[in-house]
Amino acid sequence: MHEWALAEAIIYTVTEIAEREQLKEVSRVDVKVGELQQVDLETIKFALAQLKRGKLKNTEFRIETIKARLKCRICEHAWNFDKNELDQEVAEAIHFVPEVAHSFIKCPKCGAQDFEFVEGRRMYIESVSGVR
Amino acid sequence: MLDPRIKAIEHRLSQVNNIIAVSSGKGGVGKSVIASILALILAKKGYKVGLIDLDFTSPSTHLILGVKELFPEEKEGIVPPTFENIKIMSIIYFSKDKTLSLRGQDFSDSFLEILAITKWGKLDYLILDMPPGINDATLDVIRYIRKVKFIIVTTSSILSLATAKKLIDALNILKIGIIGIIENMKSEHTHSVKDKLDKLETEFLGETSFDPELEKCFGNTQMLLKTKMAVEMEEIVNKILNVKVYE
Repeated sequence: MHEWALAEAIIYTVTEIAEREQLKEVSRVDVKVGELQQVDLETIKFALAQLKRGKLKNTEFRIETIKARLKCRICEHAWNFDKNELDQEVAEAIHFVPEVAHSFIKCPKCGAQDFEFVEGRRMYIESVSGVR
Repeated sequence: MLDPRIKAIEHRLSQVNNIIAVSSGKGGVGKSVIASILALILAKKGYKVGLIDLDFTSPSTHLILGVKELFPEEKEGIVPPTFENIKIMSIIYFSKDKTLSLRGQDFSDSFLEILAITKWGKLDYLILDMPPGINDATLDVIRYIRKVKFIIVTTSSILSLATAKKLIDALNILKIGIIGIIENMKSEHTHSVKDKLDKLETEFLGETSFDPELEKCFGNTQMLLKTKMAVEMEEIVNKILNVKVYE
């Protein structure tokens, strides 16, 4: 239930935005989740439904997963992240702290561990819509 | 693009009364040993204590304390395992003690991720074992943990002192509280740091001696607490508990 902590982070942030923007009600929140983080969408949706209250009571949360793409900083080769190539323990470690991928994943072309996450690394709130 | 982790950190640390970053200008001055012994002594005194190793690429508090085969509990976030009455968080739980090389943004993302999901609960003291220098870790701690106070560790070497002064300057400019300075690895052959600090208006917390036997005690907290260094730290900790650092 590490997803619960991520859901709380969304709720805290959206609540603050609603206060700052003086919204009476938040109608919709768009959240993007990086594939690298391997968030269980059903679990995070369940947690958000349990946690939303007040101005967020009727909020619709739309969550979309963004494919993770990595690029080697040494040879510039780019490739897609594939969870199935990792053993379960490593996949779980990356799920908690995606940057530890640098301990386990190598560039398939040159073997370097100096790569960047081009996209699909983490979760972010793309937009918050509401009624003033 | 809003990063929800930033607001989460504020909530995760809301029940932590004191946050102390143990830092230095240069590496190799004994920060991690001092941070670990500080946590042990505070826990022994009955305080609720947490310790996080923020030296992600070269973590060592787990080796100093002898933390083995522990993993955080997953409970609406992650709860750090308790060892010797200290809640300990380290990236080694996830990197499995493999080599981890991180560039600046990767460090910041790891920092935000771990702080955003770690549930410390109520703590009297959270000790941050910092990597050396004024780098991403120092800047992120200052940016995201506004109530942090610093302890600066130095040796009497002019190399260590020169960089400690730069760190003090940087913290003063940003109006970050400094609890004081600890001189580590003191020997009869070294001059006193205390005399050189007058102009810096920074509290001198005390000295810990160079102890050739210390290395043998790494991994064993009972032995560690009996070292000359730990005995000297007891006095320093009493001082830390009484220093008033104003906002």
